Amino acid sequence: MDGEDPLPRRTAVALNAPPAGSPSGPSRRKDPVEALFRGATRSFAVLVLLLLGAILVTLFVDALPAFRAFGPSFFLSQEWDPVRDLYGALPAAYGTVVSSLIALLLAGPLGIGVAVFLSEMAPPWLSRPVGVAVEMLAAVPSIIYGMWGLFVLAPVLNRSLYAFLEERLGFLPLFAGPSLGIGMLTGGIILAIMILPFVASVSRDVFRLVPPLLKESAYGLGATRWEVISQVMIPYGRTGLVGAIFLGLGRALGETMAATFVIGNSHTLSASLLSPSNTIASTLANEFSEATSALHLSSLVALAFLLFLITTAILSLAKFLLWRMEKALGGPSR
Amino acid sequence: MMPGGLRYLRRKAVNALLLTLSAASALFGLVFLVWILREVILRGARALNWAFFTELPAPPGVAAGGMANALVGTLLLTFLAIAIGVPTGILAGTYLAEYGRRNPLARAVRFVSDILASSPSIVVGVFVYAILVKPLGSFSGLSGSVALAILMIPVVTRTSEEMLRLVPDTLREAALALGAPHWKVIVAVCYRRVLGGLATGVLLAVARVSGETAPLLFTALNNPYWNWNPLRPTGTLNVTLFNYAMSPYDDWRAKAWGAALLITLMVLATTLVARLVVSRTEIGRS
Repeated sequence: MDGEDPLPRRTAVALNAPPAGSPSGPSRRKDPVEALFRGATRSFAVLVLLLLGAILVTLFVDALPAFRAFGPSFFLSQEWDPVRDLYGALPAAYGTVVSSLIALLLAGPLGIGVAVFLSEMAPPWLSRPVGVAVEMLAAVPSIIYGMWGLFVLAPVLNRSLYAFLEERLGFLPLFAGPSLGIGMLTGGIILAIMILPFVASVSRDVFRLVPPLLKESAYGLGATRWEVISQVMIPYGRTGLVGAIFLGLGRALGETMAATFVIGNSHTLSASLLSPSNTIASTLANEFSEATSALHLSSLVALAFLLFLITTAILSLAKFLLWRMEKALGGPSR
Repeated sequence: MMPGGLRYLRRKAVNALLLTLSAASALFGLVFLVWILREVILRGARALNWAFFTELPAPPGVAAGGMANALVGTLLLTFLAIAIGVPTGILAGTYLAEYGRRNPLARAVRFVSDILASSPSIVVGVFVYAILVKPLGSFSGLSGSVALAILMIPVVTRTSEEMLRLVPDTLREAALALGAPHWKVIVAVCYRRVLGGLATGVLLAVARVSGETAPLLFTALNNPYWNWNPLRPTGTLNVTLFNYAMSPYDDWRAKAWGAALLITLMVLATTLVARLVVSRTEIGRS
């Protein structure tokens, strides 16, 4: 827990001491249950560790036929044609990256705004319930977001925002019509709402780590509240905020059900954000249980492998940044 | 006015503007929460009736019918997942808090379990398909539960660790000094002290998985009939919701909203209870 004292040295020594030689050792070593219990907890801890490796290896092995069949062109080909048994990852990978970037662009600033509100502006009687509400937003299942997005949000967006974009900015390839309501931009917006609570709560924790002394000093020099936030807290917590945003990105990239409902599920590459697209996760959700051939299945596993590799890398980076931040600010070093 | 005064005004204005924007973003988040809950409750309540809880699915176009089998399937899968995931998570968490503490293995396990907690759940589905569905030759409720258990394990591991860390070391030392072996200290002192906290971990894990659909799509698959055999495909609320919502039939879509309401209520209630228990534990701690 935050702010917990580090272990007192003596207990750490007593608990981790090698049994032989230490005064409390011999009697404890004779206890057969102790060895058993310790071994059991240890092996389950190792199991968690192995899980990650097992997922990577299993996916890679099952993806091999697709990698062998298509080589590097698997990642570059636009083709995704179960009828001719030709598969390329590009449309799904492109959709995954673009929809997540839209989500990040929207949820990043908003999430930090929410964190500013919760940690610096709202009085306790307000910040607690709002904090709980933000957590509730994080708890709403992905499939509910998807359903709501498809039946409620998409028609509203289509009538208002998309109609406007198409009419006024339709000459740009980015907003070329016709808009259907579902598509890349709707996917990005839904993902943004979904990752907003994650970005917000991690950023709030980062802001809480900023030493009050620094803030007080800035206020003492006559800084306005925003100046304290933008010139003291944000630079101070920069690493952690980037970590928070990467955490959001990791979530957005792998989000499945919400994207599947609203992204349109089309394997065509299109420059327009208003046209239907696809993500890796939504392709898996739609096609995996109905894969038509062994190669189709293997290509889908290859997509999953790609997704897992990317999200693991991004989440590791996020974790590392947050860890460095906590270490630098004297938070719990875990 | 003096230039200094102007600059002061500008600083004040920027301050007011950006703080307003921050408050607006908080409001923005709240609006979406209320909007989503409102639609789910309004549309869902219309679909819920006695038949929804007691009858098997009806073909499209027939107004009757329910999701009784899917409801039972969800409960069955969740219990199986708890049976697999919770002991694993608690034991792993015990290792982190009691034995490993700061050694390299414990650090690595912490890191990996945090990564796994945010990993795409659909990839876990693909993994379980490869290790269970393919060898067993059939989609099954069991493989669905294993997928859910894999998603539970990181949550339970980390919460049990954090809860066990709340137990003061003086308490452990007191018990050790009485001659109790470490395992007995853990079971009789530490576990007992944080029983509520461990329960919270389980609740959080249940909340985490009861909304999950992606990992079930190609493990448990779906089943429109009663099924009590964990080795056969099993219908769940979530997958049924997905199939119904994506179907072109109005009455199926209406029923999907009913399932949506049930799932949302289940998840939010579990999360809220878990939160209550946590804040109690925190109070007990201070």
